[in-house]
Amino acid sequence: MSLELRNVTKKFGSFTAVDDLSISIPENEMFGFLGGNGAGKTTTFRMILGILESTAGKITWDNKPINYSTSPHIGYLPEERGLYPKLKVRDQLVYLARLRGMEKKAALRELEYWLERFKVPEYLDKKVEELSKGNQQKIQFISAVLHKPKLLILDEPFSGLDPVNVEQLKSAVVDLKNNGTSIVFSSHRMEHVEELCQHLCIMHKGKPVVHGSLKDIKRSFGKKNVTIHADFDLTHLIRYPGVLKLKETAEGVSLQIEGEEIAERILKDIVGKGFIRKFALEEPSLNDIFIEKVGASLE
Amino acid sequence: MLLLNSFWIILFHTFLSKFKTKSFLITTAITLLFVVALTNLTTIIDTFSGEEGKTEVAVIDQSDSLLPIIQEATETLNEDLELVPYKDSEESAKKEVEEGNYSGLLVVDVDSSNLPIATYYTMDIAETSISDNITNGIQMVKSQLAANQLNLTHEQLAKLNEPVSFEKIALEKDAKTEEELNQARGLVYVLLFLIYFAVILYANMIATEVATEKSSRVMEILISSVSPIKHMFAKILGIGLLSLTQLAILMIVGYFSLTSNESLSSMEGFLGFNEVPVSTIIYAAIFFILGYFLYATLAALLGSLVSRIEDVQQMITPMTLLIVAGFMIAMFGLSAPDTTFVTITSYIPFFTPMLMFMRVGMLNLPVWEPILGILVLVATIMILAIFGAKVYKGGVLMYGKSNSYKDIKKALQLTKKE
Repeated sequence: MSLELRNVTKKFGSFTAVDDLSISIPENEMFGFLGGNGAGKTTTFRMILGILESTAGKITWDNKPINYSTSPHIGYLPEERGLYPKLKVRDQLVYLARLRGMEKKAALRELEYWLERFKVPEYLDKKVEELSKGNQQKIQFISAVLHKPKLLILDEPFSGLDPVNVEQLKSAVVDLKNNGTSIVFSSHRMEHVEELCQHLCIMHKGKPVVHGSLKDIKRSFGKKNVTIHADFDLTHLIRYPGVLKLKETAEGVSLQIEGEEIAERILKDIVGKGFIRKFALEEPSLNDIFIEKVGASLE
Repeated sequence: MLLLNSFWIILFHTFLSKFKTKSFLITTAITLLFVVALTNLTTIIDTFSGEEGKTEVAVIDQSDSLLPIIQEATETLNEDLELVPYKDSEESAKKEVEEGNYSGLLVVDVDSSNLPIATYYTMDIAETSISDNITNGIQMVKSQLAANQLNLTHEQLAKLNEPVSFEKIALEKDAKTEEELNQARGLVYVLLFLIYFAVILYANMIATEVATEKSSRVMEILISSVSPIKHMFAKILGIGLLSLTQLAILMIVGYFSLTSNESLSSMEGFLGFNEVPVSTIIYAAIFFILGYFLYATLAALLGSLVSRIEDVQQMITPMTLLIVAGFMIAMFGLSAPDTTFVTITSYIPFFTPMLMFMRVGMLNLPVWEPILGILVLVATIMILAIFGAKVYKGGVLMYGKSNSYKDIKKALQLTKKE
């Protein structure tokens, strides 16, 4: 039951929000959807959900078009959080779950399970406006997963949460994935995507600029990072052939290099010049890749 | 099955969550109190005047013979009015009136032709019912005395006083008689008010409701579960159900309060409730429901365009003015229901609910006229619903600062494929 987007384009008048996007999201997986502000992520999500109609192209889930008859199988956490401020948690979550085809009793049972899991069972009869922002977000997350969707779309699920809550939500997301839910998730936080996603896509101005599995993307990127901690000056390495970037850190430098062999040469050259506490060759971070592919125009 | 289901879920959720709000319960309670008070108005007035007891007016009779017959005459007119002979000087009597011991001071005398003349002193010139009673009493006495002077018999006097026989009869075969028209006017007046208030109140409620869902951003979750069009109509019907519930409560309470109150026959007569034409009530129901749908659809459309609740009022003001205009024309039309202006405007859809109802209640229209009015309304509602649903679909996704009617175009563009 994979989600397929084929040559999807969305235009608002003369403005093209999404341009010829083709991605395939395998089932039982977490798919990372990255992009700067205005890259077309939310528009794409809205098209997947059927709120917006695509100008061209096709979106299918399990080889069938997505429409309101499939809505019970889809869960959505919008980037713009939204719940009824004056309604009690119980009333509105049961209402929203029923709209997605769930029985009232089952919804209440499921809601109690989730509140327990997030260690906030006392919120059941509280109004949403009485909760803190972080806790509202938990409730919002529950509203997206309460009806046990097979496809879950999370738009910036972790923004605005403290680290403890991020961990709680992350483990919930991982459990859902392991139980067979396909998850599409967007974030600005590269480390979350790196940690959770097997496949990803980086959008830029409505176009996918990077697309594939995390491993392949990193490998094909080629460039590596080197971190050196030493008690002598290393800044001259910026002029070293094959070194692309140099950043001074508190204890030394971190370099971006063209390939592994450069690291080998650097190590040989600096050995003996002083005490080296650390020399590490690292995979490029997603952050580096993102900045490289999208960055120029973002800065 | 599921699709139909979610419609009812939204409908009843809207209904119940509104029904349970404090503001709704309080409004209903206050209106109920008002209805009970209105239907028991005469009893309430009696209770208060009963406590006050009799009204005493001091009388200084300078003719020494008039007081007993004037007393007799005024007491037949108003038994609560007591004329008390005052023995002291006029000045001290005036002082006592100022101090509130008497409601007024009446000085009577006879003129040169031996007929009564009177002066009435009171603190409260605006209060006319006492002075009217006294005037009428003295007038009766004067007629009697004058008749005696002219040696008229009782029969001759009665003949003089007999009012002229004057009857208005409409030549049109089915036209309503004057009496019927007055009754109809009272009923139509009350029902017009009902339609007016209900439409304003509930259209407002819908616009606010939609704007609340939009501004709290819950809308995006809702319309990813259910189509916006279904959502909009479930909402409109949910609030509609709420309005009917409220009206039903008011009517049941009003009816029982009215029937349990026997002394109200005069009031009933004034409002024309004793012979309620069934057709008027049916037309009121039809035009109420259609009027509600017309304005509710419009309100939902407008509500979907604003991003903040604060802007709702500004957005729906033109719509409210439209309702007010319809109401004003209807009020004017109550006294001139068959003017061309009223006839023409009763076919303008936004005015039809009130004006066509007013005409059908006041005049004997050929059946095709109200039916044509209903058709015009139904057609307009359908067009507005199709158009409104489109705007709504795009409008609920639009967030921005501007809140103008230009946004309708933007909203429509959002729903398009390109």
